Amino acid sequence: MRGWGRWLAAAGVFVLLGLGVGVEPSLAAECAETADGTPWWVWPLVLFVFCFVLGIIAVLAGVGGGVLYVPLVSGFFPFHLDFVRGAGLFVALAGALAAGPGLLRRNLASLRLALPVAVIASSCAIVGAFMGLALPTNVVQICLGGTIVFIAILLLMSKNVERPQVQEQDPVGLALGMSGAYQEYTGEFVQWKTHRTLPGLLLFILIGVMAGMFGLGAGWANVPVLNLLMGVPLKIAVGTSKFLLSITDTSAAWVYMNQGCVIPLMAIPSIVGLMLGSFVGVRILAVAKPKMIRYLVIGVLLFAGLRSLWKGLGL
Amino acid sequence: MSTEIETPKEQILYANILFYGCWLGIFIMIVTYFLYVSGIMEPHVPLQRISQCWSEPVGKYVEGSQVPLGWGWVVLLGKGDFLNFVGIVLLAGLTLVCFLTLIPAYVAQKRWVFALIATVEALVLILAASGILATGGH
Repeated sequence: MRGWGRWLAAAGVFVLLGLGVGVEPSLAAECAETADGTPWWVWPLVLFVFCFVLGIIAVLAGVGGGVLYVPLVSGFFPFHLDFVRGAGLFVALAGALAAGPGLLRRNLASLRLALPVAVIASSCAIVGAFMGLALPTNVVQICLGGTIVFIAILLLMSKNVERPQVQEQDPVGLALGMSGAYQEYTGEFVQWKTHRTLPGLLLFILIGVMAGMFGLGAGWANVPVLNLLMGVPLKIAVGTSKFLLSITDTSAAWVYMNQGCVIPLMAIPSIVGLMLGSFVGVRILAVAKPKMIRYLVIGVLLFAGLRSLWKGLGL
Repeated sequence: MSTEIETPKEQILYANILFYGCWLGIFIMIVTYFLYVSGIMEPHVPLQRISQCWSEPVGKYVEGSQVPLGWGWVVLLGKGDFLNFVGIVLLAGLTLVCFLTLIPAYVAQKRWVFALIATVEALVLILAASGILATGGH
């Protein structure tokens, strides 16, 4: 727990260095207040602290940062959904990039499993991103709300299987080399292979579109498809899913960035805050009760999803 | 059964590029953000204006603040706000760099299916990054 102090100190230094110095005097007077009277630096600061807490909660609840970030920030902060989705993709991307090396080195993410899936999901994420930017905001907001409520129910209901039984690998999985092995902490070697590969790959079309359209990391969908449908062991499914986000979200993130949807003033505190929070979350994980927090997050997601629906419907 | 599971070499290379690139990107983002919000580097779009625009759809922000689309930000690297894109682009570009290293690795191993998949993925990422694809937004 002493690590907390270090991370909080680092967070404080980042915020104070960045926001406390202020702008040059002549500009400071001009930029002191926004239209509603809030100084410009307030929201980035609040966002940083919020994302720091979000990073802790996300780790404890076993969900990605993006899936919490987009509905909560679009629902409770003054930013337009376009910018929240742009930042949300980078939040999910940064988390996936940071986790990727460890997962790949320990064989907990399989590059060979991820490659074919990534091509489908990342291509469709581009399509989803363009759809999301072309559709009216209220339509996207309603779809986002519906998706978030669905995710909350999925998290509540889904019962992943630690080691699904795959009797025989199907021809598609065999041709794509979707098999491998990993070692448990007990020293046991576990070999795995996929089945129902084609329907699994087809589902990644939908997952990619949704990831791009809503700016969400798609771990909530990747894991059940890889684990329950394709028969990948839970450890490999979770690891590969996290790694997969680094590829899927990259393609959509480029689209949002090229369209001007990434505002550094709000995106960078989000990314850095969530990453620092995740490091703290990993340390707290050892002493926390993740199950209770998971239920809390499901409740928050339901609330955020319903609020998004409410906003989209203009109620 | 083997007593040791070997991680494929190309997977290790991929992991190493991600590791160093990611932390370099985060470090650059923190430094450039400090230069930006502290006022050491003057921004292209005044900070106050951004906080007025971020509640509006992206089209209004881009048009009203003369924000360049695609790679147009490169000519504005001398401005505090667009300097931040160096770190952001590094994060967004890492996966492409990794895939470009995978292609020769798979070709050398004569794993033609994987080489083809890695090539297609690299092309998808190049297409997304190029800014060629465009939409009107809203």
